[in-house]
Amino acid sequence: MAFLYALPGAIAEGLIWGLMGIGVYISYKILDIADLTVDGSITTGACVCAVMLANGSPIWLSILVAILAGALAGVVTGLLHTACGIPSILSGILTQLILYSVNLRILSGRSLATIDPRANSLWVHMSNNYMSILSMLIIVTVVIICLWQFFYTEVGLTLKSTGDNPDMSRAQGVNVKLNKVIGLAIANGIVALAGAMLAQYKGSANINDGRGAIVIGLAAIFIGLSVSMKIKPNFVVSLIGVLGGGIIYYIVYNFVILLGLKTDYLKMLSAIIVAIFLAVPYIKAEYLSRLKEPETSDQAGGDENA
Amino acid sequence: MLKITGLKKTFNKGTVNAKTALNGLNLELNDGDFVTVIGGNGAGKSTLLNAIAGVWRPDAGKIEIDGVDVTRMPEHKRAKFLGRVFQDPMKGTAPDMEIAENLAIASRRGIKRKFVKGVKKADREEYKALLASLELGLENRLSTKVGLLSGGQRQAVTLLMATMNKPKLLLLDEHTAALDPKTAAKVLDLTDQIVNKNKLTTVMITHNMKDAIQHGNRLIMMHEGKIIIDVSGEEKKQLTVEMLLSLFTRASGSGIVNDRMVLG
Repeated sequence: MAFLYALPGAIAEGLIWGLMGIGVYISYKILDIADLTVDGSITTGACVCAVMLANGSPIWLSILVAILAGALAGVVTGLLHTACGIPSILSGILTQLILYSVNLRILSGRSLATIDPRANSLWVHMSNNYMSILSMLIIVTVVIICLWQFFYTEVGLTLKSTGDNPDMSRAQGVNVKLNKVIGLAIANGIVALAGAMLAQYKGSANINDGRGAIVIGLAAIFIGLSVSMKIKPNFVVSLIGVLGGGIIYYIVYNFVILLGLKTDYLKMLSAIIVAIFLAVPYIKAEYLSRLKEPETSDQAGGDENA
Repeated sequence: MLKITGLKKTFNKGTVNAKTALNGLNLELNDGDFVTVIGGNGAGKSTLLNAIAGVWRPDAGKIEIDGVDVTRMPEHKRAKFLGRVFQDPMKGTAPDMEIAENLAIASRRGIKRKFVKGVKKADREEYKALLASLELGLENRLSTKVGLLSGGQRQAVTLLMATMNKPKLLLLDEHTAALDPKTAAKVLDLTDQIVNKNKLTTVMITHNMKDAIQHGNRLIMMHEGKIIIDVSGEEKKQLTVEMLLSLFTRASGSGIVNDRMVLG
């Protein structure tokens, strides 16, 4: 019974993290960059939204500025990587650290900013999960439609090819560096949007909100794609899958809490989920395949001297 | 069409591993030339093609394509002049994207890309006709991910992508070397067809002397970063592998030709 009672909240929060997962999908799956900016940019989105609301800005403006702040963080990571030649993973770590200071400044040196749900007409809030779910469904629908339209344009296709095969892209006249910066901006803009929604939902923005966010995003991607790839491996279904992955993650999360798992272990749990999803295909290929008889191949060798 | 003067490139300069790949190379191609390039390992063949494509900047020298100095132009900007097919069949196509999407990206090479639908209905018809010309049965597989194709099919698609926008210069870097003999012959055949039909100026590296003699109207041999043999027209038509070998011995001052060049 307690589980059912917690279900709407889990779905609402799962949709928020699933939205963040869509941002991570763009950097991790499309651009082929493990972008650690995310841990910082989701907090930036949350902090910007919370502080602006506290200062009396309208909700739509607060969310818009949060998105732009996240996109800017993505641009910084992109430039560190493409213009300064720093490996992408390190670029993300550097921006993440920069953002920690930036976020503290946004919060004026405190670690928390609260949003008064009575003073602001929030789009999502934990006191009304059904409204939150509805709002989130509208937002993710808009985001998915925008991404779907964009990634099938002439420009959007080159963003996909940039991650898929940079050599081919350059040979076809694609500015790979610029594309990576654009892609990271879009990814982190979406992540910051999720952060802004998270701050509203919880009624506060905390400097530590983003810790381990990338891992939750990856968990949502792996869980989601393991299902959606079996249905239809196309772009929109994948995005919906990631969203579903976020929801499943949060249902499991709530379930293990109800089972009595100490919340101290939750980060470890998400790391273990991601580690399993990453390790299983490797272990299958590396160890289990040795147990089988090797397939005979008539292609192997022999052509060298023909 | 292509004019290269005094091109120099040394890798790992100033270290014990320094390797001079291009050593003051000069080359001029006329409109419609189909040049085959041969030479031993480390002669600088691929380095020459990469220099033209702009993979890195040369240490010295100048490269002009169709009268435009491209020496300092970044790779993706230069791409508007060039069609490229690589030795590795995996390198020329995006595996996780559909055949039609790959072709769509190639069809906008050198043209400003816009925020309009990448693959339109009319495009699909055009791509279908192009793929049919390959005679590999790919015309009905427009929505197939390229990663599911064989190496030979991918190389044929790459060839199509490199040439569908009629490049000023087509660069083929041992593009059949990784294929089995039958597929290699088929891809070479397609290359001839496409080059002749579109009258493309072409540079083709090959390790196979027979192929180098049979294809194109001009043959150059490289050795230690320079061109040591350059034959064209009637003289090239008369060439045999034996003649090439003796030419090489005389021009390079050494008799060492690796097996791969002779047997390949």
